Amino acid sequence: MTAKREPIWIARELSKCSGCRKCEIACSLFHEKRIWPEASRIRVFMLVPGLDFPHFCTQCEDYPCVEACPTKALSVSKETGAVLVDKDKCIGCGQCIDACPGRIPHMHPTENYVLICDLCKGNPQCVKVCREGGWNVLTKVVRKEQAYKLYARKPEEITRDLAIKIYGEQGEKLL
Amino acid sequence: MIPGYAGKFLEVDLFTKNIKETTFSDDILKDYIGGRGLAAKILWDRLGSKWSEIDPLEPENILLFLTGPLTGFFPGGRICVSGKSPQSNGVVGSTVAGEFGVELKCAGYDGIMVSGASEEPVYLFVKDSEVEIRKANHIWGEDAKQTISKITKESRELLRKRFPRKGEWKEPSILYIGPAGENKVRTAVVAAKWTHAAGYGGYGAVMGSKKLKAIAVKGTGPLPEVADMNSVKRLMQNVCKDVYESELWRRWGTGAAGYEVGAKTSSEPVRNWQEEWHDEKSFGVDQFENRVWIKPYWGDFGCPTTCLKIAVVKTGKFKGAITDNPDYELQAYLGPNLGIFTPEENVFLASLIDDLGLCGIQTGNVLGFAAELFQRGILTREDLDGLELSWGKAEAFATLARKIAFREGIGNLLAEGTYRAALKIGEMKKKDVLVYAVQSKGIAIGAHGIRSGKDYPETYSYACSVQGGDHTSTACFPLHDFRSELMMTFNDSAVYCYFNIFGVPRNLKFEFYKAVTGIELTQEEWLNPKALRILQLQRAMLLLGGPDLKWNPKTHDANPPRFYEPLPSGPYKGRTVDKADVEKEIANYYEAVGWDENGIPKTEVLRKLGLNDVDKALEKLH
Repeated sequence: MTAKREPIWIARELSKCSGCRKCEIACSLFHEKRIWPEASRIRVFMLVPGLDFPHFCTQCEDYPCVEACPTKALSVSKETGAVLVDKDKCIGCGQCIDACPGRIPHMHPTENYVLICDLCKGNPQCVKVCREGGWNVLTKVVRKEQAYKLYARKPEEITRDLAIKIYGEQGEKLL
Repeated sequence: MIPGYAGKFLEVDLFTKNIKETTFSDDILKDYIGGRGLAAKILWDRLGSKWSEIDPLEPENILLFLTGPLTGFFPGGRICVSGKSPQSNGVVGSTVAGEFGVELKCAGYDGIMVSGASEEPVYLFVKDSEVEIRKANHIWGEDAKQTISKITKESRELLRKRFPRKGEWKEPSILYIGPAGENKVRTAVVAAKWTHAAGYGGYGAVMGSKKLKAIAVKGTGPLPEVADMNSVKRLMQNVCKDVYESELWRRWGTGAAGYEVGAKTSSEPVRNWQEEWHDEKSFGVDQFENRVWIKPYWGDFGCPTTCLKIAVVKTGKFKGAITDNPDYELQAYLGPNLGIFTPEENVFLASLIDDLGLCGIQTGNVLGFAAELFQRGILTREDLDGLELSWGKAEAFATLARKIAFREGIGNLLAEGTYRAALKIGEMKKKDVLVYAVQSKGIAIGAHGIRSGKDYPETYSYACSVQGGDHTSTACFPLHDFRSELMMTFNDSAVYCYFNIFGVPRNLKFEFYKAVTGIELTQEEWLNPKALRILQLQRAMLLLGGPDLKWNPKTHDANPPRFYEPLPSGPYKGRTVDKADVEKEIANYYEAVGWDENGIPKTEVLRKLGLNDVDKALEKLH
């Protein structure tokens, strides 16, 4: 018998990201059995050096991507709260990407379906390696009633915030 | 095809704009692996017959960007840059950290070979198998930060337009040059991100001579198939576990050394190596950590160490300067070597050096050299375009660094690097100033001295290295020591960061190589014949040299004269190295690696290694 899973969330402290991309390695090894950064469900962006951060699904309370899917390929996992992609139903139309406030989903590099973090059935591999390394950018927490959607932001927006936090006034010149 | 390799290389002629794919046989890849080893092989095969006539800064030179089979798998991704070096006129395997090598393999290529020169500034854009030469007029002249910013934006825009349904595109990986490379300064780097540089060799100048501002790569495929993924995963984990236990190595990176190598081992360049000791606590790691480090861990693909720390100066005169730790080499060379002992001034200079695309080691060395000549009254204020180049004057050194990058006034002369500048100044002043040049065969010596006997290089390490003063390729006994040039050649040929092997069992890298490629390789087999063969190729091209300079082992397999002066201060005051002992060690080393008493690889050794053509080419040196 498996223990009952409860919905989780991956808390993220983006400004601490070292840019080691171990999360991409772990994610793609888990899902694709290969080291494949572009097929990772979590992707580290570095639009400005030093402002590396992981970009991945935040499981918005209202799940706009699921709403937007014309083929009902996306659904919400009752166990974990993750968005699940039905590869056979997905037609790669990209409407979920446009619906996401952070444009987080992205197409599989070689297959015709979209990639969204599935929380590894409640045991996220990215969290594991990030904590092993002691960077602790990612932390698994129990999902409660909070405004997770705030974290669905575009890479440029996150970069702008981090630039100011990390580089201060100088940061604005770097964007 | 051997697992671990993408299986093909990209060949680009910037003059004809011809782009094609090429391959190397499994036998070549088994013998030369990739990176540095393969660079030596390619350069010898393609340019060997006319080596001495080829000017490294003319279009005939071939600029190489090579991964290795372990790139992307062994934690800590790097790429190896090589070609005929405008510093040594030989071959240097110069590696730089970052995702470039990983992206390149994911794009389907093990390396890029660039020949010819473009008439207009260009950059190369690679998206998987789509490769194009794009105009770079609008980026030419830009510093590091603007170059990265513009190419990142432009590339993402391009990808977005071409693949509108893909979603957000991550940035491509970029290698680029700053103004120094554009102006063919011999101390210019090929850079990645900010602060990441392939410094030794001066390949930024080669890139500039080809009018190649940058290469941007986006690879969307997986890393190549490996022979045994379970073992690869296990070994990745082993490397990481060992590194994770080394708390201070991770927390401080090499940033503790700026104080410690001076105060403890007494082997840090201080005022152009006039001293190697200082006890300036203002340069302590605590000061860096508490005052300027704003990001404690910064790393590259798969790296457990993340030895980089981002430093920002937030107040005062140097406000706004951003760089990494700086790492030890730049701490030393842009700190004590110039009489500078505060984190803020050091970060300011390192930040500027990065922006200009200069090498902190080579440029810090030539700046220190110039300052000593000023101290001794050999170079005057007039010679220095009015600069008061006194020790500790960070702004004066900054002005001179800019002049070097843009080849203005005295900067044009110093842009030739310490050795060549010393020859010219010597002629100008009718004085031997080579005695103040701390370099080996055109390459300034890394910030680890040999006089105290407390640091890792041996007394003959720089004198015998095929990469001159490169502190990451030091000749030493026993040949299987992990510091030995022959062993370091493995890291640079399989192409990964050797900072991640410190705490790891010595044989793990060969196990790793087997897990990736399926090929059994013992340490003995690596040393002889494989590493030895690569060494002979590098040695041969170094000795053939030319066209502007050639090295005679009798004269040039030597320490800089400074290393024979007794240390004037510190706990090891009075220590020096004995010339006769060094000469004995050099002779032993020659013997061990198969060179005759004149330092030339022996006929029987070369023939045994299958290098008959090398032997023939070296005949003229006898």
